[in-house]
Amino acid sequence: MIKADRKTGLVFFPAFDWAIDPTHPEREERLLYTQDQVFEEGLFDIDGITEFKPDLVTHEDIRRVHFCAPDIESVTTESHLISAGGAVTVAKAVMEGTVEKGFALVRPPGHHAMRVVHGNRGFCNINIEAIMIEYIRAKHGVRRVAVVDTDCHHGDGSQDIFWHDPDTLFISIHQDGRTLYPGTGFIEELGGPNALGTTVNIPLPPLTSDEGYLWIIENVVMPILNDFQPEIIVNSAGQDNHFSDPLTNMNFSAQGYADLTTMLNPDIAVLEGGYSIEGALPYVNTGIILALAGVDYSGIKEPGYDAARIAQPAEVTREVRQVGQAVLSTWREREALQAKLVGGHTSVSRRRNIMYDTDMIYEMQIDEITVCKNCKGALKVDSSSDTGHHLFGVHIPHGVCPSCRAKAEQWFDEAKKGPYTLRTMQDLDRQEFFDE
Amino acid sequence: MIIGLDVGGTHTDVVLIGEEGLMRQAKVPTDPENLFESILSGLESVIRDIDTALVERIVLSTTLTTNAVVTGKLEKVGMVVAGGPGLNPKLFACGEDYHTVAGAVDHRGRVVEGLDRDAVEALADSFLAKGIRTVGVVGKFSTRNPTHEQRMEEILIKKGIEHVFTGHTVSGNLNFPRRIYTTFINASVYAIHRHFYESVRDSLKQQGIDIPIYILKADGGTMEMVTSMAYPGEAVMSGPSASVMGAIPWAPESVDSLVLDVGGTTTDIAVFVKRAPVLEPLGITIGPWQTLIRSLKSSSVGLGGDSLVQVTDGVVVIGPQRLGPAMAFGGSEPTPTDAMVVLDPGERDGDLARAEEGMRRVGDALGLDAREAAQKVMETMCLAILEHARKVVAEINAKPVYTIHEMMDGYRVVPEEILLLGGPANTLAGYLSAYTSQKVRPVPHWGVANAIGAALARTTCEVTLFADTEKGVILIPEENYSKTMDRHYTLADAEKMAKNFLVEKARQAGSRTDNPETEIVESMAFNMVRGFRTTGKNIRVRAQIKPGLIEGYKL
Ligand SMILES: [Zn+2]
Ligand SMILES: [Zn+2]
Repeated sequence: MIKADRKTGLVFFPAFDWAIDPTHPEREERLLYTQDQVFEEGLFDIDGITEFKPDLVTHEDIRRVHFCAPDIESVTTESHLISAGGAVTVAKAVMEGTVEKGFALVRPPGHHAMRVVHGNRGFCNINIEAIMIEYIRAKHGVRRVAVVDTDCHHGDGSQDIFWHDPDTLFISIHQDGRTLYPGTGFIEELGGPNALGTTVNIPLPPLTSDEGYLWIIENVVMPILNDFQPEIIVNSAGQDNHFSDPLTNMNFSAQGYADLTTMLNPDIAVLEGGYSIEGALPYVNTGIILALAGVDYSGIKEPGYDAARIAQPAEVTREVRQVGQAVLSTWREREALQAKLVGGHTSVSRRRNIMYDTDMIYEMQIDEITVCKNCKGALKVDSSSDTGHHLFGVHIPHGVCPSCRAKAEQWFDEAKKGPYTLRTMQDLDRQEFFDE
Repeated sequence: MIIGLDVGGTHTDVVLIGEEGLMRQAKVPTDPENLFESILSGLESVIRDIDTALVERIVLSTTLTTNAVVTGKLEKVGMVVAGGPGLNPKLFACGEDYHTVAGAVDHRGRVVEGLDRDAVEALADSFLAKGIRTVGVVGKFSTRNPTHEQRMEEILIKKGIEHVFTGHTVSGNLNFPRRIYTTFINASVYAIHRHFYESVRDSLKQQGIDIPIYILKADGGTMEMVTSMAYPGEAVMSGPSASVMGAIPWAPESVDSLVLDVGGTTTDIAVFVKRAPVLEPLGITIGPWQTLIRSLKSSSVGLGGDSLVQVTDGVVVIGPQRLGPAMAFGGSEPTPTDAMVVLDPGERDGDLARAEEGMRRVGDALGLDAREAAQKVMETMCLAILEHARKVVAEINAKPVYTIHEMMDGYRVVPEEILLLGGPANTLAGYLSAYTSQKVRPVPHWGVANAIGAALARTTCEVTLFADTEKGVILIPEENYSKTMDRHYTLADAEKMAKNFLVEKARQAGSRTDNPETEIVESMAFNMVRGFRTTGKNIRVRAQIKPGLIEGYKL
């Protein structure tokens, strides 16, 4: 019998009876062949690999992260509660020491879901990694977390949620936003005034293959992680960098994904995108599971793999290295950059228009964060959408200082007179969440 | 009339059951050196002066193949495995003649690497040179396309190998390592099983009895022995299932229940969902082998009537060791049996004075008198058994499911009754009920429940159907059936076809009922979409006849 080097916990939830719509990439069939491969390889029989049944997340779990308009019921289905619950279940097992590594092989994904949710963006409704992270912060006293998002699309939802949080290092490696949805994730996107630099974007050119991707992990991601010293590393393990993915233009292989996992050595991996459901997912998921568990994966090979065909052109290699160098130098200068950009501001405001491509919703958002040396800052969000909902949310971070709390409470109070259909409070410091 | 015969390690239990109930029962010692004598003497004790023409069948449950697997006394067989990419198939080596060859199939059943026929031919020669006559052949994803296994079988038979067991016929389930081990066990016990069958048949003939012979399987179902030659591994571990099946007549029909079989050193726990025993999700684990052999879920806890009772740090600890019989029966260390003798001297045999001495010893360490100590022992035993049973049920309810429907509305097992088998059953029932709200009942005739279970168990089987309308193919791997079809094939067609095959399979395995209780246990159809266009349906259906009792006999 095969024995895993590291005890690894899996939640496998393919949601075989749920789809966004029958021909949508996010449909019943998506993890069918992954199930076949994982079952046929006998991975759940490996000594040290345990499969857990997911718990559902509660509304409180969701409210640690999101402002939902008009309410949680309207923007989630049971599938979302189970998918996020799967991430929480593996994280719990890791935190409790039942297993050393965890992998939530669940759908639907979550990394395009932002703090405010009016509907589905980029196949995502609620951000399953963010819900998991705030859960382990609330229940297991974790503070410093790194999220490395290796989905081919920019993890704009996770970036939005962690934008102001200096305790969460969010690194997204993705196909350049000029060539792919959602069109963001440039090197200059660095985080809010209290957390400048802890958002790291690494946009890679189309046709980047194993070589370039692993170079970035080794030479850019690992040094940054080493500087940041997280207690927990989470991998948003999207699998759409694969050469056979129908939605993207990268040249990553199953072996490359397994090597990435070995190199990154995350505590918890969570499946995100990946829509080459026959040619990639069965093999990439098998590779990630074996790499996490420390079992030899060198025999995994997807049909159609041809090293020569996906070899990286020299100009791509050059570009990958330039991006890597630029990211690294920005990271090293982040304190000086922060001082320069923040200047004498006491608060910083953003105005954004957000498109929900899946549900065709158009959101207008204005937020404001207090600039603070003593805490992560209080945040208010004014969000309206063409669904007719107009939401006002206040976020109070863990370890808020008295003056930011006072400011947050003042905002919440003043908004009573505003034009809002919903006023909602997210007090992570007291773990209190309520609507008025 | 039916004869049920359970050949255990120490005793052979035999019953004769008629339509009106248990007619005769007997217990004879098992002579492991001469099993057929044991079987014959058991038989003789129930069929004397009976017109054997009225006996419709005999059902045997045997530990013969189980012991062979556990002790490793197996026939030397060859294994040829075509794995292809993925985990290294050498990791699943079993037996001394395990070989891997090139050849691969993917999850849709597409051949991605041709079979290395030359290698198979060379292996056939080397097997023959070594005197190996039985070979198992297994391919990854062979249940999606058995072609490599079928070619290997052809080559080996042509070369002169006598028996070839193919992976896709032992089970329709996906799990390559388990398929390898299951095929290996089937091949390895074939000769032993066949010898057993021939001896039983001949002994019966000698007695002038010519009736169908059935064997009990690990899933608590039966199969005609002739048919079982193709699936000899299914008889492995039928022992525990015999007793569980024997409890069914007393299990409640409308609620779930637990069956506790309390032995000398262990208590075995099985679970009924409304009289249907819960099965292992994939198959039984025997010795080091995880298999695809369908089996009842049975969990053993090291706690029985003869378990050693100790006091550690002021706490009573029972088992898992057994150092000998109870003190009341000549042993030297206190046991739960002694506690029961002390508490119920009228009801129990055994030397009361010795039992009291044992309990006094336990009591001294706890500051209690012998009677109080005995009560403490029984409390500890009951709570430990109930706790283990709770865990077994929790494990069944925690089995992962893959649809939202099952997540939200899946069946939750909640046992409301406990059925007790084994020596202390009557006495223990009283104590157990003090610690649980579940209704506790000893099973009547528990001493021969194993033989009753064997006698009355129905024929069970399973069929797995896989259809891919894009490829235009239907597969029923266990039945070696494949057929092309058109795009109009539906899930309903698949269910109907699976049921038809199931009924026929059951009939061939010895089912004589006009109304076999077929059940669809899995039924899914996925739209296959390529480039935003639906190109076909991927259909999976699993049908079974679940374990239960035959009709027409009451107890
Ligand atoms: Zn993606
Ligand atoms: Zn502050």
